[in-house]
Amino acid sequence: MPQQSNYLKETPSQTAGPYVHIGLAPGAAGFEIYDQELGQDIVGPNAKGERIRVEGLVIDGIGSPVKDVLLEVWQANADGIYPHPEHAGHETVETGFRGWGRVITDFETGEWAFDTVKPGALTGRNGQKMAPHINLWIVARGINVGLNTRLYFDDEAEANAADPVINLIEWEKRRKTLVAKRSERNGQIVYRFDICLQGDDETVFFDI
Amino acid sequence: MTKAPPKQGEFYQRDRRWHPPAYATDYKTSVARSPKLALISLENTPSEITGPRFGHSDITPIDNDLLSNYAQPDQSPIGERIIMHGRVLDENARPVPNTLVEIWQANASGRYRHKKDAYLGAIDPNFGGCGRTMTDENGYYYFRTVKPGAYPWRNWVNDWRPAHIHVSVFGSGFAQRLITQLYFEGDPLIKTCPIVATIPDPAAIDQLIARLDMNATIPLDTIAYKFDIVLRGRRSTLFENRLEGN
Repeated sequence: MPQQSNYLKETPSQTAGPYVHIGLAPGAAGFEIYDQELGQDIVGPNAKGERIRVEGLVIDGIGSPVKDVLLEVWQANADGIYPHPEHAGHETVETGFRGWGRVITDFETGEWAFDTVKPGALTGRNGQKMAPHINLWIVARGINVGLNTRLYFDDEAEANAADPVINLIEWEKRRKTLVAKRSERNGQIVYRFDICLQGDDETVFFDI
Repeated sequence: MTKAPPKQGEFYQRDRRWHPPAYATDYKTSVARSPKLALISLENTPSEITGPRFGHSDITPIDNDLLSNYAQPDQSPIGERIIMHGRVLDENARPVPNTLVEIWQANASGRYRHKKDAYLGAIDPNFGGCGRTMTDENGYYYFRTVKPGAYPWRNWVNDWRPAHIHVSVFGSGFAQRLITQLYFEGDPLIKTCPIVATIPDPAAIDQLIARLDMNATIPLDTIAYKFDIVLRGRRSTLFENRLEGN
């Protein structure tokens, strides 16, 4: 018999189900229980950088909006620093900047949105510069393992063209699925980012 | 200033054959919600190695007690009183300290406190159905709650979910983010459930079944189930020029 390793196996994932809000956004489920729900303020009041709104839909393989999705957001600050002790410079991140948030879709329309600041570029592997991006994790009924993707910005064309992660996608026409479109509405900067789970314009998802 | 933690490397690759596939015909909703194209594999960058951090100021001590966190004064939810406890470990069997664990569940009737749940089972006025806690320095966590009831759902016409508690865990990096479900030892519905059956390996399903733990039971008060959670592990060394470059 071969020797045993002492490694454990990761706990397998299961769907978050349709009632994920009860645990992670109970106010949306219809009841108040916690003093503070986590994930509602991504950057805090002191964040440097350009204030932006990000919004979109998650669309299924039929072309219909998914109305029971929960997204989590993870991003660096405007200087490209994550508020995490393993990221060099983390002591400089503004007080109150969490970089993480939870977003749910409207039950009727499927629209979701969050307010944040535009993150800065940061250094990836081997000293390569990564274009500004927001990391997203998507869970819902019917999704067995949370889906990871990245949101990039269409006004960062030069940085995007050099981004080492975007360039890993061999099909150039798929790269645009990761790029949010900038517009201005009533003086506010809005980026539109629709996520297509399946089909012709399927969003690129990563095994991170 | 806090001391930097010891240098740790990249996360072990996730074993996608151990986890359920995206597309699982018998779990019908997955059919239109599963990507058809392959995932693009990424080597870790700071975006995956880092992740949100939480502290005791984010939660209150009562948040892990579902027997009282939504109950009227001097009242208690109806149902089997249980302790759910265990450790959060990584694949190297090291504890994951100070990480956020969140749970949600139906009440003893199988009814969720959610405006979209219209099941006939009664709402319990003293039960909310969610809780959260931080693991201690040894990765240990516990909750008090009631054992949830089985629950019918529109998949096949007579499908019933086994009694289950949804569990969400963070770890230290965004790549470790995990949501799963806890099932209870001996429940005959586990074998019939299309969501359980999305997991191909019976050994992986076993890892989701909490064991009755008489030694953690409080006599004449609350019975106990043990549920350990394993998050992705990390390599112990990292070549400086591979990841950081700053």
